[in-house]
Amino acid sequence: MKRFVYINDNEASHDPYCDNRISNRKYTILNFLPKNLWEQFSRLMNQYFLLIACLQLWPLITPVNPASTWGPLIFIFSVSASKEAWDDYNRYLSDKQANEKEVWVVRDGIRKRIQAQDIHVGNIVWLRENDEVPCDLLLLGTSEPQGICFVETAALDGETDLKTRVIPTACAGLASELLYKIKGVIECPNPDKDIRRFDANLRLFPPFIDNDLCPLTINNTLLQSCYLRNTEWACGVAVYTGNETKLGMSRGIPEPKLTAVDAMIDKLIGAIFLFQIVVVIVLGFAGNIWKDTEGQQQWYVMYPVEGPWYELLVIPLRFELLCSIMIPISIKISLDLVKSVYAKFIDWDEEMYDQDAQCPSHAANTAISEDLGQVEYILTDKTGTLTENKMIFRRCCINGTFYGNNSGDALKDGELLNDVVNNVPDVVRFLTVMSICNSVVPTKSPSGEISYKAQSQDEDALVNAAAHLHMVFVNRNGNVLEVNFNASAVRYELLDTLEFTSDRKRMSVVVRDCQNGNILLLSKGADEAILPFASNGQQIRSFSDAVEQYAQSGLRTLCLAWRELNEDEYTEWSLMFKEANSTLVDREWKLAEVCQRLEHDLEILGVTAIEDHLQDGVPETIETLRKAGINFWMLTGDKQSTAIQIALSCNFIAPGLTKRATLLINGRTEDEVLRSLERVLLTMRIATSEPKEVAFVVDGWALEIALRHYKEIFTELADLSRTAICCRVTPSQKAQLVELLKSREYRTLQADIGVGISGREGLQAARAADYSIGKFRFLTRLILVHGRYSYNRTAFLSQYSFYKSLLICFIQILFSFISGISGTSLFNSVSLMAYNIFYTSIPVLTSVLDKDLSEKTVMQHPQILFYCQAGRLLNPSTFAGWFGRSLFHASVVFLITIHSYANEKSEMEELSMVALSGCIWLQAFVVTLETNSFTALQHLAIWGNLAAFYAINCIISMIPSAGMYTIMFRLCGQPSYWITMFLIVAIGMGPVFALKYFRFTYRSSAINILQQAEHSRAPIFRDFESPVESSEKDGISLPSTAQPKSSRSPVYEPLLSESTPNAARKSRGQTTVEFFQPHKTGFPIRETVRTIDSTLLHLNTVYSTQIWKYGQRSCMYVLQCEASPLYEHHHYLLWIGLPGVPKHLGMVRASQVLKLVRFGMICPTLLLLARLLGFRSLQSQT
Amino acid sequence: MNSGTVAGLWLRLLLLPLLHSRFTQQELPACKPILTPQWVISAFAVVSIIFVPIGVASLLASRDVVEIVYRYDSDCVPASWASDKLAYIQNPNISKTCTRTLTVPKRMKSPIYVYYQLDNFYQNHRRYVKSRNDWQLRDASKANDTSGCDPEDAAGGNPIVPCGLIAWSLFNDTYRFTVSNSNLPVNKKGISWKSDRDHKFGKDVYPRNFQNGTVIGGAKLNSSIPLSEQEDLIVWMRTAALPTFRKLYGKIEVDLQANQTITVTIENYYNTYEFGGKKKLVLSTASWLGGKNDFLGLAYLIVGGLCFFLAAVFTIIYLVKPRKLGDPTYLSWNRNPGGH
Repeated sequence: MKRFVYINDNEASHDPYCDNRISNRKYTILNFLPKNLWEQFSRLMNQYFLLIACLQLWPLITPVNPASTWGPLIFIFSVSASKEAWDDYNRYLSDKQANEKEVWVVRDGIRKRIQAQDIHVGNIVWLRENDEVPCDLLLLGTSEPQGICFVETAALDGETDLKTRVIPTACAGLASELLYKIKGVIECPNPDKDIRRFDANLRLFPPFIDNDLCPLTINNTLLQSCYLRNTEWACGVAVYTGNETKLGMSRGIPEPKLTAVDAMIDKLIGAIFLFQIVVVIVLGFAGNIWKDTEGQQQWYVMYPVEGPWYELLVIPLRFELLCSIMIPISIKISLDLVKSVYAKFIDWDEEMYDQDAQCPSHAANTAISEDLGQVEYILTDKTGTLTENKMIFRRCCINGTFYGNNSGDALKDGELLNDVVNNVPDVVRFLTVMSICNSVVPTKSPSGEISYKAQSQDEDALVNAAAHLHMVFVNRNGNVLEVNFNASAVRYELLDTLEFTSDRKRMSVVVRDCQNGNILLLSKGADEAILPFASNGQQIRSFSDAVEQYAQSGLRTLCLAWRELNEDEYTEWSLMFKEANSTLVDREWKLAEVCQRLEHDLEILGVTAIEDHLQDGVPETIETLRKAGINFWMLTGDKQSTAIQIALSCNFIAPGLTKRATLLINGRTEDEVLRSLERVLLTMRIATSEPKEVAFVVDGWALEIALRHYKEIFTELADLSRTAICCRVTPSQKAQLVELLKSREYRTLQADIGVGISGREGLQAARAADYSIGKFRFLTRLILVHGRYSYNRTAFLSQYSFYKSLLICFIQILFSFISGISGTSLFNSVSLMAYNIFYTSIPVLTSVLDKDLSEKTVMQHPQILFYCQAGRLLNPSTFAGWFGRSLFHASVVFLITIHSYANEKSEMEELSMVALSGCIWLQAFVVTLETNSFTALQHLAIWGNLAAFYAINCIISMIPSAGMYTIMFRLCGQPSYWITMFLIVAIGMGPVFALKYFRFTYRSSAINILQQAEHSRAPIFRDFESPVESSEKDGISLPSTAQPKSSRSPVYEPLLSESTPNAARKSRGQTTVEFFQPHKTGFPIRETVRTIDSTLLHLNTVYSTQIWKYGQRSCMYVLQCEASPLYEHHHYLLWIGLPGVPKHLGMVRASQVLKLVRFGMICPTLLLLARLLGFRSLQSQT
Repeated sequence: MNSGTVAGLWLRLLLLPLLHSRFTQQELPACKPILTPQWVISAFAVVSIIFVPIGVASLLASRDVVEIVYRYDSDCVPASWASDKLAYIQNPNISKTCTRTLTVPKRMKSPIYVYYQLDNFYQNHRRYVKSRNDWQLRDASKANDTSGCDPEDAAGGNPIVPCGLIAWSLFNDTYRFTVSNSNLPVNKKGISWKSDRDHKFGKDVYPRNFQNGTVIGGAKLNSSIPLSEQEDLIVWMRTAALPTFRKLYGKIEVDLQANQTITVTIENYYNTYEFGGKKKLVLSTASWLGGKNDFLGLAYLIVGGLCFFLAAVFTIIYLVKPRKLGDPTYLSWNRNPGGH
């Protein structure tokens, strides 16, 4: 369980540990082939294909040359293997680079330069500034007199700010020469991957007389792959080396994640396999019957009367081999290929490039892009994710006095500045805690300016604010803290640090005031971690009020407190603390217990309020994604009211509904929580029946109880609610929540995707994440654009792969009915092989460029994501469609071929080539029909592939020994061949085309509608989309009016029922066009309209009742105009455009206005017509 | 470095650097055609306009072909054997000659192709279609290579050339034609594919040990003529993909006039009686589309008609029930705010 590291001990007998050779390689040259093959064959599909390929070696049953399966199999295997080999080679190169890097190591008391791979445990390694740490070191000495050094741990945990590392107390003050000779033993745990803990002890040997056990923490270590910064040199003893370092242990091949799409594809493959088995059994049975009845009479086949024992199996096995192509062998490799392209598109995307941090987005996991498009829940952290994590001190409350409430910035509050100058004791103490109760390290630049290196942004903000208020933390020299207050230096001796943990939620320091020798405990922490420990006499009411008030305005609060300790109390406690500090087991827990004994009877000094800015575009992002049907959960460590406030400003909760829409779950005891839960659940059940947005808010304590005791209720709540805010949660609770959401099986939540924001801090998440993006707002694009496209493309690609395999297989099956069910293959081996891996795979790969809707449209209509979330494009019923299509196409190809190539033309090779070309032609048209956007590449792939098919077959037809010698030339010269091809295409595609058109136009899905909208608006109307959008947002909801039977809401109740719905719609379209067109021509219609608008508005308010009578449509628009101050011009025009309405109005003023409008519209329309006599404008007119 | 490497390499090789950035941003210039009524209706109309004339032309070509089909398998069995045709055909002592007259319905221009047509004969059967050895046929030195020819690979311990079931079951009925008592010559040269004669069947490969087994299948071959000149064999070895097929027997290179009577003398040797297959003698002229086959012409006419019909229907629907394309009103979330 433990390892003992002897420092500077060069005897080999003490060295049972590995050297520092790093190896990330999966293979060696010798084991590559067997290991890689083994790995590939552990996939079920590969096993299946291997079985088929082996069966094909039996000439009696194989319908085709074994090469037709072995070829693709070997091709696919070699592609995967070479990819693996290439990756492994790159790993080898980077390992080699790291291993051969030269480092300074003490050997026999002399510093030598050796390769990094020769470092052994116990060696002392010297590092210079900006060196990379070659293995896990225990820091022994640094160039800094305080015994500290700075490291950048970005490669380890992704956090870019510098971290301070200190030498163990036992080594303090050792001269650098002595470090060459230092001897001792380190008792440390066996290697693990926890980069936050290092619970070890150090004992130095004489002559280094400090023979005490010295406790070590992670702060005394330099971990592999970190960089030494801002420190001239540092040295340390190697503790863990090679692959046993913390980094090495946490490395490892992550478990591949399976996306929902992959799972569906696997399911479909399973279904096809079952279907194949059924086909094989049925045909095998039928074949045997045919053989025993008909076959015996066909003398030329010469069936032996008495066959071998396996006779009955021969025909089924032949069909098994014939049908094995039903499962597309190339699907996995095509999917791998396109998935890596999706990932590359994410990496390449310039719109997701973080200009501030100069860092692009990155897809670390290339296999799960489709799942991005199927996201249903987003659980988001607050700090650093929604906010920028740039803390700014804004307000404070010192002993009941509020500062900064008026100006919003306490630092500029004259009152506070005055108090500082006047040395008000409370204020001074407050500032003292602000400036020294932390782990911040001040550094002085040569010019004398002081900058701070802080691990926590809050501490940074506090120290900087204190410095502004003339309490400048100047220096941290070993245990001495130096503070400059109002130009006089004050010194404190740092006795102990009671560190911050997320469970304790506070930190404290024990210092001795060097002036008067008093021992002080300075604490800061969350209100609930400080206020309950206030001394009995103190009124804490005002502080909790302050906390509440700050939280209401979305600020982060910290309570500051202090206490004077007497000498005896401290000495007694200090012993316990030391003991706890040097335990190896459960150190954190024991420490917390000991700390608790000191942190009580505190005198509360005040409350600080720190602002954390929201990132750019967060509210918009959340609003868009919520529209896309994604449920948001916010997990934060903040207070409830802060969290609600932030949630409001982020659009988590629809503004205006705050009071009714947020349901609080509170409670300290189980009963309270249960009651609260049930109440919320009840409300939620009622609320879900009507389209109202409700959110529940739960705090950490209640969540703990709920998760432990009332999991079912909480789960149901989680299902019903679209929004949840969890405040005061610890990291472990966050993990529990993720588990809870994942565990619900009826959701297709197969994989969870980690998205990390690579902001200022919290990069640790980015490292472990599948995707890392620079800004929260990139999430919209990641999900709506990349996720959605990936899903759509994969859905098409996979189903198409099934389609083409089924197509050729159905033809084989149909052919078997006219070949005595004997299992003859219509196609020759070369054709079959090339069909699967070449002719049909290349064109469809270009679907990675396909875009059904433009990115802009998707962003404007995020609801369209629903199609991906619900898996509308890849599910058993869409697959059934493709299955039917392949059956239909197979029948078309087969029947046409055997009828047009009947009688004297029914030569085997010719007929098979006719059928094959028919398939190739059809598949080219199928890809064309299913492609939404054509780039040059797509045309090249589709039509180039068709040409390549002819080229390849002509080349093969030139080889005399080939079975199809001269066949292709022969066919190309026959008019009947080409006529047959056209017939196949026409009959195969005609119904598909007609059906698609019908559904596209008359049973349009939302995607179709948006495609049409995009098309009809391009290019003229594109600029005009935004006003339409805003009108929808403002609740004017123009669209809802045109629905013929909108009986949902009383406002839309038709008064004159079904008068002219069609006519109205038609004219609506017309007027929209007429209105929009002048916009581009530059005619001043907008001004005209604007002047009319004011008149109309007046008119509407006055005559709305009259207008009401003349038709439901007009009245609706009128009502809408009144309802919203942000009306849109075209609403009026739509109304005016209604045929018949003005005639019946009979109101002088109204008709005058209308005449004006019409006149204003006719002129530009004529102008435009003259200019644009294109197809599109004509279409709009009809 | 992950699976991205392969894709990266692929892309780098394929794409011009100029297009690279537009490609990476997924902004390659693209056209997005959608199925507007105009396009669809005109597409169907155009297809029907193209298909109908082609259909008419094909149908006319097929109708131009003059064809005489005469089924003789049961006709040529004497009435006394009608109940047991199999015994008749298997009895080597009975004369199988059978003389019939055919009348030419219309004038037939030369060349007139003489085919034999077999029904219910599975040349595409898995056991049959593979039972040959192409190397042996091509190369004299590979005479011993009879792999795949089982069960007709060897007789009496010696390899058979040509081996296999296909060759063994060679069709052996013969036809002789006379027109008004003068012999009508049938040219049997050049009835097979030239490529087969030149490259598939060797000039120095002679039949050996053929039809010497216990069971005689079909025709015997003259062992002094090389395989490349055994055209009946070459034609037969081009296996048919369908159970009903015609194979070329020869060509008549004189015109036949309407109502002329042809006397055909059939040597009816081939056993189709065992499996109930039909045998037909076919005399046919050819058009640019091949023989008499109405299928293509009719199919084109039907497809053309259906396309016209669809175009008309879509036009009517479009006129009667117009629907504005891309109306956001139809979007589900606009109709029913707050839910899907």
